[in-house]
Amino acid sequence: MTLLDFFLWSLLKVVVITVVLLMAVAYTVLLERKLVGRIQNRWGPHRVGPFGALQPLVDGAKLFFKEDLFPTAVYRPIYLLAPIISFGCAIVSIAVVPFGEPGIGPKGFDIFEISNINIGLLVILGVTSIGVYGIALAGWSSNNKYSLLGSMRSSAQLISYELALGLSLVGVVLRAGSFNLRLIVEQQAQKGIATWNVFGGFQFVAFFIYITAAFAETNRSPFDLPEAESELTAGYHTEYSSMKFAMFFMAEYANMITVGCVATLLFFGGWTSPFGNLIEPPQNIFVHALVPIFWFVLKVFCFLCLYVWVRGTLPRFRYDQLMNFGWRYLMPIAILNIIGTSLWLAYR
Amino acid sequence: MHLILFFVFAGFCLAGAVNLLLQSHPINSALSLIVVMTSLAVLYLLLGAEFLAIAQIIVYSGAIMVLFTLVVMLLNAGREERTLGSRVARIVGFPAVVAMLAVLATVILRAQGLGVAALNQGITSTQDLSRVLFHELLLPFEVTSVLILIAILGAVALARAEGATPGDIERTAK
Repeated sequence: MTLLDFFLWSLLKVVVITVVLLMAVAYTVLLERKLVGRIQNRWGPHRVGPFGALQPLVDGAKLFFKEDLFPTAVYRPIYLLAPIISFGCAIVSIAVVPFGEPGIGPKGFDIFEISNINIGLLVILGVTSIGVYGIALAGWSSNNKYSLLGSMRSSAQLISYELALGLSLVGVVLRAGSFNLRLIVEQQAQKGIATWNVFGGFQFVAFFIYITAAFAETNRSPFDLPEAESELTAGYHTEYSSMKFAMFFMAEYANMITVGCVATLLFFGGWTSPFGNLIEPPQNIFVHALVPIFWFVLKVFCFLCLYVWVRGTLPRFRYDQLMNFGWRYLMPIAILNIIGTSLWLAYR
Repeated sequence: MHLILFFVFAGFCLAGAVNLLLQSHPINSALSLIVVMTSLAVLYLLLGAEFLAIAQIIVYSGAIMVLFTLVVMLLNAGREERTLGSRVARIVGFPAVVAMLAVLATVILRAQGLGVAALNQGITSTQDLSRVLFHELLLPFEVTSVLILIAILGAVALARAEGATPGDIERTAK
C-alpha cells in the first residue's frame, strides 16, 4: 500500500466515521426525547416527518440560524475557546474505538477503526480528562455566578469520579494484559457471552463502578448537578446561545456514545457475537463484515437506552451525597476489585 | 516526518513557555502551561515513550493543571501588576542565569552514559516499561510511593484545623 493510498483511505475513513458519529448524536437526542416521552406517558416529538424522524435536522437548522449573542461581560477568547475544547475532545475519542473485524479492508488496511494503537484505552481516558477544561473555562469566562457555580461543581465532580472510573478499568486491563482495545475484545471473544468480562471474567463489580462513574463523567442524570436547572438555570452554558450552545449539547451526547462504546468493548465483547464460536462465521465477505458492526451498534444502542431509562427514573443526587458516594464507596470498591482480580489471576 | 513533528511541537512548547511569562492574566498563563505540558507529551511520544506521553497528558494536563485553573478561578485572581523590577536583579540576575545555564550544560555534556534518546520509529511498550519499573527499579519505585503517601498525610495534617477531631470535620461537612 503506497503512502497516497494510505492517506486517501484514512481520509475516507475519518470522514465517514465523523459523519456517522454526528448523525448518531443527532438521533440519540431524538431517541432520548421519544423514550423519556413514553416513560412520562406522552408521545415526544411526532410532527416533523414520520414518527418525528426529521426532528433532529430541523433542530439543527434552528440552532444554526439563531442569533449568536455575545454577553457584554464575557472574556471573549476563552468564551469562544471553551465550546471548541468540549466538542473537539468529545469527538476525538471515537478515533481509537474499533467496531468491526480487523483485516477486512483492501490489502490488509483496517477499515473498521481509525487508528489501532497500543494505548488506546489510556488515550480515551486522557482525552476525557482534557475535556474538563471546556466546562471549567466556559463557566469562568461567562462571568456569571450560575455559570461559575455550575463549572465548579462540574470540575470537582469530574476529578472525583475520574479516579473511580480509571481504577474500575484496571481489572479488565489485568485480565487482557494490554491497553489495546482490539486485544481486550479478542481476549473475550472465544466463547461469546460466557467469556465476556462482565460475566465470565467476573468483572460485574467493575462494570457497575464504570457505568456509575461514567454517568457522572458525562454530567448525566442522576449526576447532572452542573446544569441543575432548578438551582443554576442552565449551569455552565447559561450564557451560550446558538451554535456555541449546540456544541456543548452535541459534546454531551457524543460523550454518551463514547461511554457506550467503551463499556461495550471492555465488558460486553465489543463487535463479537454473544454466541461466540458456536455459529460458523459466514462465508460471504459482506455479511462477514457487516454482522460484527450489527452486534456493536446493538450493544451501544442498549447502553444509550439505559442512559435514557435512568434519566427518566432516578432523581438528582444532593452535592454532599455525590461526593460521599464517589470517594467513600466507589473508590474503595474499585481498589478491592483490583486486589481481588490480581489475586485470582495469580492463584488460579 | 519525526523531525518535522519535533520542530513543530518544540516550537509550541517554547511559544507556550514564553507566553506563560508574558501574559498578565493568571488564567492565560495557566492555559499556556497546559500547551507546554501537552507538547512535551508529543515529544515523549516521538522518543518512543508512549506510556509516558499519555501519563503526562492524564496526570499533568488533565489533573494537576485542572486544579491550577480551579484555584485561579476560585480566587478570581485579577491581572498582575507590572513593576520594572529592581536594578540589582537586572545587573546580577541575568549574568547569574547565564552562568548557571552554562555550568549545567557543561556538566550534562560531560557526563556521558546517562543513556541515549533519539527520534526513531521504535516504541517502548508498556510491558517493557513495567518490567524495568517493577523488577529492576522496584525498591526506588516503592520508596517513592511511600514518600508521596507521607506528603499526602502531611498535607492533610497541615490542612486540618488546630485541635480538630475527625468528628468535627464530619459535622462541618454536613
